[in-house]
Amino acid sequence: MDVIETFLESLQTLTVNKLRTGLATLGIVIGIASVIALISLGQATQQTIQSQIQSLGSNLLTVQPSGQRSGTVQGAAGGGTTLTREDAKAIVTSGQITTVQTVSPEYRSQGQITAGRNNTNTQVIGATPEYATVHKTTVASGAFISERDDSGIAKVAVLGPTTVTTLFGENTNPIGQTIRINGQTITVIGVTAAKGGTGFMNQDDVVFVPLSTAQKQLFGVNYVSSIALEATSAEVMTAAQNQVGYLLLSRHKLADPTEKDFSIISQQDILNTASSTTATFTTLLSGVAAISLLVGGIGIMNIMLVTVTERTREIGLRKALGAKKKEIIMQFLFESVILTFTGGMIGIALGVSLSYLYSSFTDSLFVVSFPSILLAFAVSGGIGVLFGWYPARKASNMQPIEALRYE
Amino acid sequence: MTTIIQANNLSKVYKTGVLETTALAGVSFTIAKGEFVAIMGPSGSGKSTLMHILGALDTPTSGEYILDGENVSTLQDDELAEIRNKKIGFIFQAFNLLPRTTALQNVMLPMRYAGIPKEKRLTIAQKYLTMVGLGERLNHTSNQLSGGQQQRVAIARGLAMNPSILLADEPTGNIASNQANEVMEIFQQINEQGHTIVMITHEPDIAAHAKRIITIRDGKLVDDRKNEKQRRIKN
Repeated sequence: MDVIETFLESLQTLTVNKLRTGLATLGIVIGIASVIALISLGQATQQTIQSQIQSLGSNLLTVQPSGQRSGTVQGAAGGGTTLTREDAKAIVTSGQITTVQTVSPEYRSQGQITAGRNNTNTQVIGATPEYATVHKTTVASGAFISERDDSGIAKVAVLGPTTVTTLFGENTNPIGQTIRINGQTITVIGVTAAKGGTGFMNQDDVVFVPLSTAQKQLFGVNYVSSIALEATSAEVMTAAQNQVGYLLLSRHKLADPTEKDFSIISQQDILNTASSTTATFTTLLSGVAAISLLVGGIGIMNIMLVTVTERTREIGLRKALGAKKKEIIMQFLFESVILTFTGGMIGIALGVSLSYLYSSFTDSLFVVSFPSILLAFAVSGGIGVLFGWYPARKASNMQPIEALRYE
Repeated sequence: MTTIIQANNLSKVYKTGVLETTALAGVSFTIAKGEFVAIMGPSGSGKSTLMHILGALDTPTSGEYILDGENVSTLQDDELAEIRNKKIGFIFQAFNLLPRTTALQNVMLPMRYAGIPKEKRLTIAQKYLTMVGLGERLNHTSNQLSGGQQQRVAIARGLAMNPSILLADEPTGNIASNQANEVMEIFQQINEQGHTIVMITHEPDIAAHAKRIITIRDGKLVDDRKNEKQRRIKN
């Protein structure tokens, strides 16, 4: 039995009833296209989020105070006042800490900012020069906060580009102008370069002031909100976490690590959380798409069963002329596999086009996942075999006399 | 003369629930190589059942059927398929050609199942189609051919594997009488070339073309005689 000839014959049979072939294929087209499009979409979202998180700084560790504990009630994380600038200094000067290269103590607060008639409520960050290194922040014009600004409690500020637009309008140079924060007049000395990000991730709507100015002049506090640490390499993140942890435990005179009043979060943790969230969504959506693929497969089985019944006489004749079971099975399996495989290929093209269209109309990346395309090829072929098997077997088990008699 | 068909006490009983219907009740005969036998009988006589058993489309309930030295009575589905492919050429009342398929492809089909290479299949198919007078219509599909022409394609298909017997089931039942004569003429021609033909019919006019007539009634063989007045179409 010539396999190629059987294949061509199956192909020819399918072209006889084009509408039916087209409709049967459509189910698979829709199923495969939605799986491909949704996986691409999920991966694009994931990559966007990852690049945003990475733009916050690399090898980044953040020390945050734990929520204040009064009795047995645990307050919200980050709300405590136990971290101080001295802790940051101790991390720099400690001989035991070998894996941290830059330390940036930060104080964050919301503040009402006015400039002339304009005003905005945005994030005020008390920062040291190290902030720029740790968070990969660069200035577009002017200068970032210097060591002298910090030690001299200078009333200077560096604005994010969004804040500049809000306070001074588009395409203006705010350097040398003054703004007011909590009743204090502050001179603008620089504007940071745009970093992008939206919503809670917006790193451009921000006002930087020297940490000492924030603590002593603007907000009257003596603690810091967090200490950002840059480890010397990605490999020593865990070691850095431990070394800083032990130092802070002893500085805070805590013997039991379970009672620690701070937490150290690595950027990897945040990345992992964000990734696993998008991965969950991608899986969920692909699962829904896979159900439509299943429905498409059932459609193929249905059409193949109809075909087998319609062609009972033909099957009977073929068996009378000496076709063995496996030859009949092969003939009908070819037909269903051709149906699903064609559907799969059209579906892949459609899915890739859809995700390309989506990425060109939005800001997200265009990602083609080659493993998912390979998988789609295999799955569409597999569906043909899976759902074509029962009808093909049914055909092969027909008795030639019964089949020949069938009108 | 070599025996091609040996039927020993063939019987077939159909069971529907508790009801048993006897279609064949012990039929025995032998057919030698080169014979042209008509099996006659009214409808319900069991001749169709006999044809199915002789065609290896069905197996007898009891008795023994030996075709060209091989005991067919006890074979399984795929073994029967092989017997049908190699030893039996079928000619059906309704022609049973594949739709939308050319005369050539129809004749090549049984050879495809036998695994004969394509070039050889093509040569053989052309040879037999030319022999039945369709040398000019090799690439016509069945809906482009008349009933008689379709039946001639079926004869060429039946001969393609050079089978031990040609088994025809009411071969003229669906075609006009003048075309029926053409078909009978071809039957006599190929019989003279040495092919064994077994033809099932209920029409005495058609049976008259055979050399020997076996008559079946109520599942039993009632008459088996040489046809002294064989009707010849030509010479």
